[in-house]
Amino acid sequence: MAEVAFAAAVQDLIDALGRLPGVGPKSAQRIAFHLLKADAEESSRLAAAILAAKERVGFCEVCFNLSEEARCEICSDDRRDGHVVCVVEEPRDVVAIERTREFRGRYHVLQGAIDHLQGVGPEQLRIRELLARVTAEQVTEVIICTNPNLEGEATALFLTKMLDVPGLVVSRIANGLPVGGDLEYADELTLGRALEGRRVVAGPAPAE
Amino acid sequence: MSLYRDDAVVLRTYKLGEADRVVVLLGRATGKVRAVAKGVRRTRSKFGSRLEPGSQVQVQLHEGRGELDLVTQVETIEARPNLRADMSRVAHAAALLEVVDLVAPDREPVARRYDMLVGALGVVEERDPPLLPAAFYLKLLAAEGVAPEFRECVVCAAVDTEVGFAVEAGGVRCRSCGGGRSISDEALAVCRAVLGGGLSVVLDLPDGDVTREVDSLATAIVEAHLERRLRSVRVLHTT
Repeated sequence: MAEVAFAAAVQDLIDALGRLPGVGPKSAQRIAFHLLKADAEESSRLAAAILAAKERVGFCEVCFNLSEEARCEICSDDRRDGHVVCVVEEPRDVVAIERTREFRGRYHVLQGAIDHLQGVGPEQLRIRELLARVTAEQVTEVIICTNPNLEGEATALFLTKMLDVPGLVVSRIANGLPVGGDLEYADELTLGRALEGRRVVAGPAPAE
Repeated sequence: MSLYRDDAVVLRTYKLGEADRVVVLLGRATGKVRAVAKGVRRTRSKFGSRLEPGSQVQVQLHEGRGELDLVTQVETIEARPNLRADMSRVAHAAALLEVVDLVAPDREPVARRYDMLVGALGVVEERDPPLLPAAFYLKLLAAEGVAPEFRECVVCAAVDTEVGFAVEAGGVRCRSCGGGRSISDEALAVCRAVLGGGLSVVLDLPDGDVTREVDSLATAIVEAHLERRLRSVRVLHTT
């Protein structure tokens, strides 16, 4: 007996959805059937949103964040401090830092991190553009906000070496314990770094 | 065996879904296994930094139905914080992890392979000698039963001092047989020492022309054996 298959158009839709990150074959099937059951307007809205985003959104010519214009909102905002640049791996990291409302400088999105095991080297990242910005925009501080994993640390080490410019402050985001977490569950590396980067809250500073 | 424990080294990790990772582990008793570490990318993950490449850990895994097991507990044996202290250490550790990942078949335990990797990572952590990756490649190939031949010509078995190294043939060729890439007497002596019980002397050699020649040759030999280029070496040359 021949195997019962989906109509070609349905199978194409399932295959297309299944190629999205984090969507397995079962999830792809579920989403496809949801779209087929929903009214035509919902599917049109989704299709239009995808097309509009693909058409309009590109990368900011200065910081390589996602943007609908040649320059993103942050790079066009005169109230932001252009002398301090926060370096992140991905556009979503910009959103995470903006949520803190602690940072009023500008960003530089590397679009990845150095990854020896995946063969991603510095020439595949936006590092050359960062170095050009530092000189052209008279940057006084670069904050390296790459992820605290092996790839992020390798990127931070490389940037530190490349940003050895007189008068430029290069800082690295602190490592430590997440607020609301329990000390007993902290791993050795994180706890060790939290101790190393402790802050004096009273009295003289401890001897080095 | 639905739940099992093992000592393991994290060879590499890759992202899975929203906050998970697949970790590739080299277990001492279980060999190379892939397992899902749920929520490990969240800042409040109970695994924290324990499952970073190069970490030596004791893991508890739940055997999955497919090829992926599930990480349920992790305790650190050696965190090796110095592996991320400078670019050279990061690159050398990555080279060791990559080559072991490519050499080790899934779920075929070889305790010696695990012990060699742990030992080499320890040396990178401690003092990071320039010849460590090259020496490791040669020792690993020897342990896998495909040691390169540095003494006798691979064609006629003659012992000659003026030789070339035929990478594809896996050994030196004498002057009369000819062929292969040229190799200096000093580099040849270093390669012989690596496989002949002189590893500690070799690891004390400072960076120089000879160490670079041996490094390049050993990389070419291991790449020829694996039939692919090592990604970590490519990145090393650009950083």
